[in-house]
Parts: sequence; C-alpha cells; structure tokens
Amino acid sequence: MQLRDPAHLVSPHAVAYWTVRAVPLWILVLAGELFWLSGSVAHSGLRVAVLALTVMFAAAHLMVMPRWRYRVHRWEVTATAVYTQSGWLIQERRIAPLSRVQTVDTSRGPLEQLFRLANVTVTTASAAGPLRIHGLDRATAEGVVAELTAATSHSEGDAT
Amino acid sequence: MSVPGAEQNPRWRRLSARMLLVHPVRELGQAIPALLGLVLAGRAVGNGQLWWLAPLGVVGVIALSVLRWVTTRYRITAEQVQLRTGLLRRKTIATPADRVRSVHVTSSALHRILGLAKVEIGTGSHLPGSGLSLDSLRVTEAAGLRAELLHRSAVAPSEGPGTASLRAVPATAEAAPGDHDTQRDHDTELARMDPRWVRFAPFTMSGVLGAAAVFGIGSRLLNQFGVNAGEVAPIRGGLDYVRRTPFWLDALEGLVALVAFVTVLSIGGYVLSYWGFRLTRHPHGSLHITRGLLTTRATSIEERRMRGVELAEPLLLRAVHAARLSGITTGLKPKRGADGGSSMLLPPAPSSVARQVAAQILGDPAPMEVALTAHGPAARRRRFMRVLLVVLLLSVAAGVAIWWGAPQWLAFAALVTVPAAVMLAEDRYRSLGHTIAGRFLVARAGSLYRRRDALECAGIIGWNVRQTFFQRRAGLATLTATTAAGRQAYEVRDVPLHLALLLAHRALPGLLDDFLTPAPGLRT
Repeated sequence: MQLRDPAHLVSPHAVAYWTVRAVPLWILVLAGELFWLSGSVAHSGLRVAVLALTVMFAAAHLMVMPRWRYRVHRWEVTATAVYTQSGWLIQERRIAPLSRVQTVDTSRGPLEQLFRLANVTVTTASAAGPLRIHGLDRATAEGVVAELTAATSHSEGDAT
Repeated sequence: MSVPGAEQNPRWRRLSARMLLVHPVRELGQAIPALLGLVLAGRAVGNGQLWWLAPLGVVGVIALSVLRWVTTRYRITAEQVQLRTGLLRRKTIATPADRVRSVHVTSSALHRILGLAKVEIGTGSHLPGSGLSLDSLRVTEAAGLRAELLHRSAVAPSEGPGTASLRAVPATAEAAPGDHDTQRDHDTELARMDPRWVRFAPFTMSGVLGAAAVFGIGSRLLNQFGVNAGEVAPIRGGLDYVRRTPFWLDALEGLVALVAFVTVLSIGGYVLSYWGFRLTRHPHGSLHITRGLLTTRATSIEERRMRGVELAEPLLLRAVHAARLSGITTGLKPKRGADGGSSMLLPPAPSSVARQVAAQILGDPAPMEVALTAHGPAARRRRFMRVLLVVLLLSVAAGVAIWWGAPQWLAFAALVTVPAAVMLAEDRYRSLGHTIAGRFLVARAGSLYRRRDALECAGIIGWNVRQTFFQRRAGLATLTATTAAGRQAYEVRDVPLHLALLLAHRALPGLLDDFLTPAPGLRT
C-alpha cells in the first residue's frame, strides 16, 4: 500500500511568498557577520571565507526551498476527510476525518496579503493536530472554508 | 432528586470556619521571606523606627484570610456548581455540573489536624483558572461533595433532566451526604500499595532531582547570606580531609555518600507521596486513587473519559522488573513535562502488578501482553546511526579539548562511550514495536525512558505521517495518532511506511481508503 499525494497544488504565488519570507533571516545572519568582520583585521581571510559561504548557502536556500516546498505542499478535501501535505526537508502528511473537525479558520498575514494569498487552518479536538494549508489564493481559500463549514455542520461528535 | 424544590435552589454554603486557622499559618509561611525583608529594611532604614511594619504585615495577612472566608460561598444546583468570591469585585464562577471531569480532594498535614480537606473541581478546560477550588471544607463534607458531583456528571450526559433511567436511580438515591461511606463497600479494589514496593524508589529519578534541588537551594542560601562555603566549619573539615587522602578514596567515598543521600531522598519521597496508595473502581464507572502519608490526596477519574493507558518502564526500573502506569484521559489539563497530561494510576510497582491493573482497567489483557511487530532492519540502522553520530560528536569534542590542553584521560572516556552507545542503540531498537490488540493501538519506544502506550482506536482523531529526509531514504515514517486525550499525540516511531499505513488502516478502517494506491514500488 502507498499513500498518494493530495490532489491540489497551492497557488504558484506561494513560491515568491516563501522566498520573500526567508529573506529577513538571512539579512540578519549576514548583518551579524558583517558586524563581526568590521571588528578587527586579524584572520580576515577566514572571515571573508565564512561570509562568502553564508552568501552561497543563502542563495541556495532561497533558490531551492520555495520550489521544493511548492512541489510538496498539496491539499485535498473529500466527502469524508481533509488531507494535507507540507514541508520540504521534513515532510508531513496529515489526515483528519471531517466528522472530527471542530473549527475552520482562514487568515492572511501582511506579507500574504501582498501576494494575494491566504492560509486555512482546520482544528480538531486534539491539541496536536491542526491541519494547515499555506499559500492558497484567496478565492480558493474561501471556497475551502465554505466547503468544510458545510460538510462539518451536520456531523455529531468530536471525540472529546 | 427526592425533594425537587430544595434541589432547584439550594442555599449558599460557606467554607469551613476552621480554614481561618489554615490560611494565616500557610500564608505567613509563604510571606516569611517578605516579612524578614520588612524587618531588615525597618532596621536598616530608620534605626528601628519602622519596627511596626512586620506586625502590620501579620495583621494584614490575617485580615485578608478572614475577609476571604466571609466573602466566599458556594452552592450546587441541579445544573451548576457556583462559587462566589470577592468583596469589592464580586465574582461568580459557574460551571455546568455535567462538565465536571475530575474532583481532587487534598489534605495537607495542617488540614488533617483540623479535619479539613481542599476540593478542586476540574472542568478540563484549557483556559487557566477555569476550575473551582474550595479551600477548605470539612472532610465528610468534601467526600460527600465529591460523590455528589461525580455521580451527577456520570449520569447527566446520557439522559436529559427529568428522565428517569435505570442507571440514574441508584446514583441519585445514594448521592445524599453520609451515604457515601456505605457506598465505599461496593468499590472493587484494583491495587493497593505493598510496603515492599518502596524498594523501587531508589530506581526512580526523584531522588536525583531531590538531591539536585537540595544542593541548589543550599548553595543559594549560603550565597544569599554572603557565606563562603569553604568557611563553614563542617565543610572546611571535609575539604581538609579530602586534601589529606588520595583521590580515588575521595571519589569512592563521594560516590557512596551521594548514592546513600539520593537513596534516602527517593525513599522519603516515595513514602510521602504514595504511602497508603489505593486504586479502586466504583460501580458507577469511576476510578478512585487515594494516597499520601502526610498530605493525603484523593483523585477520581471517570472511566468513560479513559482512552487507554501508558506503561512507563525507565531503564533503571526495568532492571528491577518494575513499571509505572498512567491513564490516557480526556478532560485533564495537558501539562508539560514527563507526565504530560496523563494521570497517575500506579506508582513504581512490580511490572506484573502494573500489567494486571492495566488489564483490569482496559478490560483486556492483550494490549500489555501481546508481542509487537518489529520495525525492521532500516529502523535498526537508523537507531545505530543516530547513537553513533552522537558518539562521533563527543569524540571530536574530546579530541579538540585535548588539543586545547585538557587531560589525556578524556580520550579514554570518549572510547568507553562506544560500547555503551552500541548497547543503547540495540535496546532502543528492541523497544520499537506496534500492533493492534483488540480495541487498542499499541506502540512502544525508548530505552532510557521506555513507554508502551495503549490507545483506544475510537479515541483517535486523525493521523500525521512525518518523514525527514533520511527517513524517506530509508523508507521509514513516524506515524502519529492525534487524540483529545492525554498527550494529545501518540507516536509510532520509525516504522516502515507500508506498515504505518497498514496500522492506520486497521485502527480506523475507511479513513485512508480514498488516499491509498494499491500498487507500491513501481512508481518513482
């Protein structure tokens, strides 16, 4: 037996969103290293090498991570269950039956608004397993919320 | 409901007036550092002119207790438990009676001298301060309240108000205060502490933690009073002795002393918290745990909230064939730490007893006894890789340290970790296992802290299948069953992906059907 991928990809804008979201961290790291570099002149060769290496890592991360994520992040809602897949190096698939869904939220951070994206969070009675779909375009997100709300409104227990 | 009118609007009840003796004593105890500070400040600032600050503090504390007693009242109506507190800001906390999920009755030594008990009513809400705490009631009153609350909530959800049912009749008939003593005779005892169990105490971590706490507080206190540890006479004597004797003798004596100290602490801790431990089952479907030497605690768990049990066998306890048992329960607050969200069912006890009790609680001996499906060679390789990676890091660190001028024997120490690491990896692999036993999903993992979880399949809410980069290459996955009970998530670690899917499919048939493809392997 094998678990197939969920049916739908997220919005292609998500690639740019993930790239931009990862930039501040690298800027912070580089700023720290520049500060260290400007401190004194001893071992300057080593310092420049470290800086160059960081720039290379940053470039590789910013190139690879968003595209890899875009291939992994997928979602699907069937008549009975929600199924999501996320991550890149560490990948996770989450499945929850619709009958156990408690809340369906959608939210848009400032950066997500810039890229016209939204994310959907589906929670169950377990504190451990909210299902999140990141990087959906707005219309799709609203559609998912409407669909899930309709599907879960006529189910009974949530296994608490 | 013998007298409906009285049930509808019972009068407000006060806490026991004897609490006036408990609160000041305890709060003074807590306030001693602050009061000391006041006294010292008074002396330092005004040549003794501010001496009145300390007695004022004492009077203030007593006045607060009296005020709290006067303003606190509670009552239990047919639908709600209500607590009213506060003088200027009157606050009424009301909790639906059928939402009461746990009732704890605690009596500290002081409470017991005065015949009092503190009742804490848990509603299982995750919000802080949502439970009710009644401190203190008289012991008989507390026991009556507990019986009343539990029977009510055991009956309420299945039947609407007013509908008489077979189960409801005995519960309400016997809920009257005073009758619970006769009721106790019908309890069946599942376990009772055997004084011989105390021998397991040194094999728990409690003594080590206690010793660390004692050393920590001791050194803090010495620092606080500006005393140099080397100047205290007994410590100085000890240091002199250490200087005169050879190193190996010191090390040996130090080790013996430490082991003795830790042993005494752990035995003391075990006796204090578990003395008189008794686990009973009430015919209306609840488990009762009473324990404690000085401070006695009584906890009740409704069995319909039990979703399984956890059998914990840390390495040291396993070496002496002992284990601990906890319940996986919904509605108890998820806590952090080793016990996260689970409720103690059995203190460190012979593992045969633990398994027996588990079988009685689950109604099925299989989950604790059946052989588990092993996770195969890939999982074993992963265990070895991870442990050896740690060893490699330690060796490199030791090498660097020696290069920087650390003593040579560090290299020997690093070498010694290798066989230990190999044994650890092998034991970690042997622990791994999973199966479905009856209604339960069973999973086991860990070596230093091995745990066997039995989770009722009906309590599983969903699945998380997590794979790191290396797990994907090895064809392994970590399957997590999410649930509303206990730790909220129970892991089956490093299981071959196809076995994980098979397990998920057997535990909750149907859920995965839409997402499974039957032909494995051929696709990339």
